[in-house]
Amino acid sequence: MIYEASMLAVIVFFLFVGFTLGLSFFLGRKAKSSQGYFAAHGQIPWFVNGVAFAGDYLSAASFLGICGMIAFYGYDGFLYSIGFLAGWIVALFVIAEPMKRLGKFTFADALDAKFQSRGIRISAGISTLAVSIFYLIPQMVGAGVLVTPLLGFPHEVGVILVGTTVILIVVMAGMVSTTWVQFLKGSLLIVFSTILTVMILARGFEAKPDAFASRDANVADQLPADGVWADKPYVRIKQEGGKIAVWREEKDAAGKAVLLEAQTLTKMDNGDIFINGLLKSKENQLKNVGTIKSLPEGKKKTGPVGLFGFFREIQESEIILWGKETLKHDDGSVTTVYYQQPTAGSDVLLTGTHPQSKFKGVHSDDPINKLNFISLMLALFCGTASLPHILIRYYTVKDEASARKSTIVAIATIGFFYVLTLYMGLGAMTSGSLDVTNSNMSAPLLANSMGEWLFAVISAIAFTTVLGTVSGLIIASAGAVAHDLVGTFSRKELSDHQQVRIAKIASVVVGVIAIVLGILFKELNVGYLVGWAFSVAASANLPALIMILFWKKTTSQGVITAIIVGMVSSLGWILLSGDTFAKVYELDASEAPMPFSQPGIVTIPLGFATLVVVSLLTGRKNGTA
Amino acid sequence: MNRDARIGMTLFSVYLVLYGGFVLVNAFAADWMETKPIAGVNLAVLSGFGLIIAALVLALVYGLLCKTGFEQQSDEEVDG
Repeated sequence: MIYEASMLAVIVFFLFVGFTLGLSFFLGRKAKSSQGYFAAHGQIPWFVNGVAFAGDYLSAASFLGICGMIAFYGYDGFLYSIGFLAGWIVALFVIAEPMKRLGKFTFADALDAKFQSRGIRISAGISTLAVSIFYLIPQMVGAGVLVTPLLGFPHEVGVILVGTTVILIVVMAGMVSTTWVQFLKGSLLIVFSTILTVMILARGFEAKPDAFASRDANVADQLPADGVWADKPYVRIKQEGGKIAVWREEKDAAGKAVLLEAQTLTKMDNGDIFINGLLKSKENQLKNVGTIKSLPEGKKKTGPVGLFGFFREIQESEIILWGKETLKHDDGSVTTVYYQQPTAGSDVLLTGTHPQSKFKGVHSDDPINKLNFISLMLALFCGTASLPHILIRYYTVKDEASARKSTIVAIATIGFFYVLTLYMGLGAMTSGSLDVTNSNMSAPLLANSMGEWLFAVISAIAFTTVLGTVSGLIIASAGAVAHDLVGTFSRKELSDHQQVRIAKIASVVVGVIAIVLGILFKELNVGYLVGWAFSVAASANLPALIMILFWKKTTSQGVITAIIVGMVSSLGWILLSGDTFAKVYELDASEAPMPFSQPGIVTIPLGFATLVVVSLLTGRKNGTA
Repeated sequence: MNRDARIGMTLFSVYLVLYGGFVLVNAFAADWMETKPIAGVNLAVLSGFGLIIAALVLALVYGLLCKTGFEQQSDEEVDG
């Protein structure tokens, strides 16, 4: 679809971003020392830090990605909400207090507290960098996604805009202002998500059975099913003016063949885009989707619904979801057909019953098919407490009690938000305003269907969300480079001033890398990408962190090998998985060597096993066991 | 392991059982999630919300049970 910039949205947007930047510079004036730059002098109040955790954590991925996944895939998307929150339990009960006790600036500090080993510092520094960059990709993609409809810019401009702004914030300011920006946007996100949810419930549902057409299968004047159209369930009819209507053949409940209206988008070799056979223009674009075909008891409208009534209505409705099929023509052009998938509402609210579910395996008898699901849930559970940019937030408060209290505040805030995601996601699914080509846009478009001002505010908040999370990630990476890598490699002790300067240079470099990757990974759902970052974090960092805290026989060699093995195996698995094959390399998913796409269930235990085996071997040799 | 850490571990185990149960039921008895025990809403939605609320409740219980608050913390520092 084509997005038009709205004046109101642009004004609200720039006010927001201007205010955020101003605040950053104002607060950043004082942060000249490394203690101030990396850890905000350890003086952030616990409540502020708790909401800032939420700000860090409820990234573009949570807001745009999860809402989008729920809007497109129903309950499967909500699994991410459940898992993302569960991870905080690990953080609170196992990691928070020791982390605060052991470390100073970075994740490597805590790992290294016992051993004083250069190897640990370096490997932990590298894994921090790897996880942070992996996590940065979805944030940057999210930035591009937001700017497109808001300001009418192309994706690339959005990514560069965010990248530059964030680099400015981080270089000028450091952790003090990053924390306050996070606090601000964390609070705003919660407030406006609540408003949005209340509006969804107040609006209720409306059935639009005629939003997309259906007809009986006997039609004259069909175009021949040749080329890529051969043996496909589509019927093409040339209409007046050159428009080509595409219909997909389905069987109705009585087993009779019917044709359901589909939409096509064809990308020519020269970059021209055709919608339904005609050049894309303001008048000719893909229709918005997300409609209810029928409501329970044949109602047209429900009126306002309650917190539970919301789900009861959906369970009994029939919802039009959309599938897509990509057809590659001989001349190099590519047609994507988007087709209707009328789906029972009850199937939208269960794991693995959505027509395009990635977790269909849970309904099969083959245990291997269930592993993808279990593996994802494990990675989400273990990932949170292994994310470097979350862990460093434990250094911004003054003691262990504050670390604990701020985690509790974080759980309350984040948990509340994740409950709202199910309402917002399903609200978007039935809002009639979805962009069929891009799930990431669902939440802002839902807001747009409520009113322009809400769209402006939600987009601006989402954009500051990206700014906040990206600056946190860049600080974590810069800290790793300055404190763990350069600090370890250089023979003499770096002065405070030098560390901060190296960190700032590193921020610029990491920022530029993030911009480039954000442009390359445009098409992927941002929530899904974050799931991968969690897998890498959990596989590389968690075994080392847990075993250092709870197993006395751990050796430095064990820690180093576990980090490296966990990082390499999980990254390798992801790069060789079916999902990456299909969505990144555009190859056939079935050619991928990995049996399922989520690595966690193999690579997390592998990390633990490596640590134990290497520690036992080296411990005996060193005589320290 | 100090008292707070022991409480943490106990509460962690409680949550682990809940979360593990949720994952295993979804993986191996997915049909159970179709039942509608309360308010006509299916178990999938209820258990998802339940897990989020359980996390919050356990976190609050932990906050209340842990001794090392601000005051106690400074006492400990004086003691030793």
